[in-house]
Amino acid sequence: MSTARILTMAQAISEGIAQEMSRDANVFVMGEDIGSYGGIFGATGGLLDKFGKERVMDTPISETAFIGAATGAAAAGLRPIVELMFVDFFGVCMDQIYNHLAKNTYMSGGHVKLPVVLTTAIGGGYSDAAQHSQCLYGTFAHIPGIKVVVPSDAYDAKGLMIAAIRDDNPVMFMYHKGIMGLPWMAYLEGSSNAVPEEAYVIPFGKARVLQEGSDITIVSISQMVQKAVLAARELATQSIHAEVIDLRTLVPLDTETVLKSVRKTGRLLVVDEDYLGFGLSGEIAALIAENLDTVELHAPVMRLAVPNVPIPYSRPLEQFVIPQVASIVQAVQATMLKKTAAAAHA
Amino acid sequence: MQAGKEKLLWMYQKMVEIRFYEETMAAVYMEGKLPPHIQKGLAFDIGSGPVPGEMHLAAGQEPVAVGICAHLTPDDTVVGTHRPHHFAIAKGVPLDPMTAEMFGKVTGLGKGKGGHMHLFDNAHKFSCSGIVGASMPIACGAALAAKKMGSNWVAVAFFGEGAANQGSFHESMNLAAVWKLPVIFVCEDNQWAISVPKNKATSIEWVADRAAGYGMPGIRVANNDAIAVFEAAAPAIARARRGEGPSLIEVKTDRYFGHFQGDPESYRPKGEVSSLKARDPIPALARLLKEKNMMSAEEESGIVKRAHSAVNQAFAFARDSAYPTAQDALADVYVSNGSHTRSLV
Repeated sequence: MSTARILTMAQAISEGIAQEMSRDANVFVMGEDIGSYGGIFGATGGLLDKFGKERVMDTPISETAFIGAATGAAAAGLRPIVELMFVDFFGVCMDQIYNHLAKNTYMSGGHVKLPVVLTTAIGGGYSDAAQHSQCLYGTFAHIPGIKVVVPSDAYDAKGLMIAAIRDDNPVMFMYHKGIMGLPWMAYLEGSSNAVPEEAYVIPFGKARVLQEGSDITIVSISQMVQKAVLAARELATQSIHAEVIDLRTLVPLDTETVLKSVRKTGRLLVVDEDYLGFGLSGEIAALIAENLDTVELHAPVMRLAVPNVPIPYSRPLEQFVIPQVASIVQAVQATMLKKTAAAAHA
Repeated sequence: MQAGKEKLLWMYQKMVEIRFYEETMAAVYMEGKLPPHIQKGLAFDIGSGPVPGEMHLAAGQEPVAVGICAHLTPDDTVVGTHRPHHFAIAKGVPLDPMTAEMFGKVTGLGKGKGGHMHLFDNAHKFSCSGIVGASMPIACGAALAAKKMGSNWVAVAFFGEGAANQGSFHESMNLAAVWKLPVIFVCEDNQWAISVPKNKATSIEWVADRAAGYGMPGIRVANNDAIAVFEAAAPAIARARRGEGPSLIEVKTDRYFGHFQGDPESYRPKGEVSSLKARDPIPALARLLKEKNMMSAEEESGIVKRAHSAVNQAFAFARDSAYPTAQDALADVYVSNGSHTRSLV
């Protein structure tokens, strides 16, 4: 048996795309700097050499035109993968995403199929400030009609990418810059892991329990999963046993895995790099609130997310607003000390 | 390229059908929207009646749709606007499901989920959008697909002169030109962007002149005349089919109705519409066909009768169709291809 092959998330994504492009001639890629550059974050590395410029197309800086063109090409029977370089740039093309890509299937009564994968880079932590550091998956998950996939490591990224390409619906595939394994940006090393060479699919809507625990459930996604695992390791040395759940996809959302875990632990911390207000952390908290007939909480639900401010530039400011391993540890410790009103009176 | 008898008769017949469709819709649309059938104190209720919601009619703009679509095959794609009926009818979208869609019925093109601004017909390669300027990127995609599939199919993006000031216009023109996509951009200049006249919103008189900035031919059609549109479109469509890239055509056309039905049109000079109607392109084409002995009086009345009958049948079909059940609102957000089995939150 050969040693496991370790890939970065960027390598895993481009390998998944390449395998699907070999399998299906209708799959093609377009976006800014995705050709000879290989994608600013490496998600399309090597594809131009393998498949040529007819299938790996650098575009003008015209997101409305080329994301709209992806919708038009998909309606005509192709399977475009189209890149929005940073999710923060959605402002220049949101009409094509949320009024067309997301809605045309519904408005056609299900007659129009739009197998588009919209890839985009998310996340901060490297002082790129407010216009290049957001996650915004909550924004896209809020809009009906787009599936939202946010991998946390290379193995998942490949399997989820292949599932995304094979899906007949629009899929937003959001990769965090701080786990891509880029040679020019520090990354969390747990995100580079063993990736099988053959193609495989990770189905949407199935969360992964990375680590089992009995004291508290930590629900997270993307780079925060890697931080949560490190936090859980440290907590274990303090005899606090955290169960770490990676949602993998926001739409569809695996509510059962979350509920099952919180029924067991009685405590929940949601760790999210998106904004605190009206987002993922509130959605998961509401899920628990709606199921309090079958979930017995020992402590109030805790949320750790970007505290409703734009992402600041300066290192100490940025590192403060983005959840870190230390702040996750502290949030868990604080939750362990709290009691619900019912538990306090029991 | 000159239009032969068959094309001329087809354009005439389609224009008659479109006009009668729009006039019928204008009347049906008002059902239940006026006192005493609506809430006391209101003059008009947009959400009432058998056809609720906004309604944008294209009477007067028929030449643009038929002059272009007369060149198209079933494999060519058309992407229309929020004022889409003339394009849909000229592209061959069947009247029954199209009308049922506007009535919100389950037999509609989108099972009642789209309405009149969102008509999707895969079989006839027609779609439209309620967002100004949105047709152009989508048409670029259809053209890209045609090119990748090795076909000589073309895609037409219709849009109004107001949309020529949207970023999507400029992005799409450049993308189509740099990739030599087989797109025909067709600007319907009806002089009004809702209430704002073109000369108050657009820096030049002819949108078609902007083609030069993107390295493609710009074609001006000064008359709201189906034959003029047909002849102007011929080289643009031939160029696209040869793989030589896009063109921009602008047609000066006339909007007889308001921006939407119920529009008080206080912005419009008195008497404008009646002067526009004095140059109605439909009777003008009828006169020409008769002068050239291409259409007899009997043939003319046959065309009118058949068009009226098809439209009346479509409205009857729509009225007689069932509404969807309320729970149907929850379906069709996604198509199912078995990649997951969980319900989507």
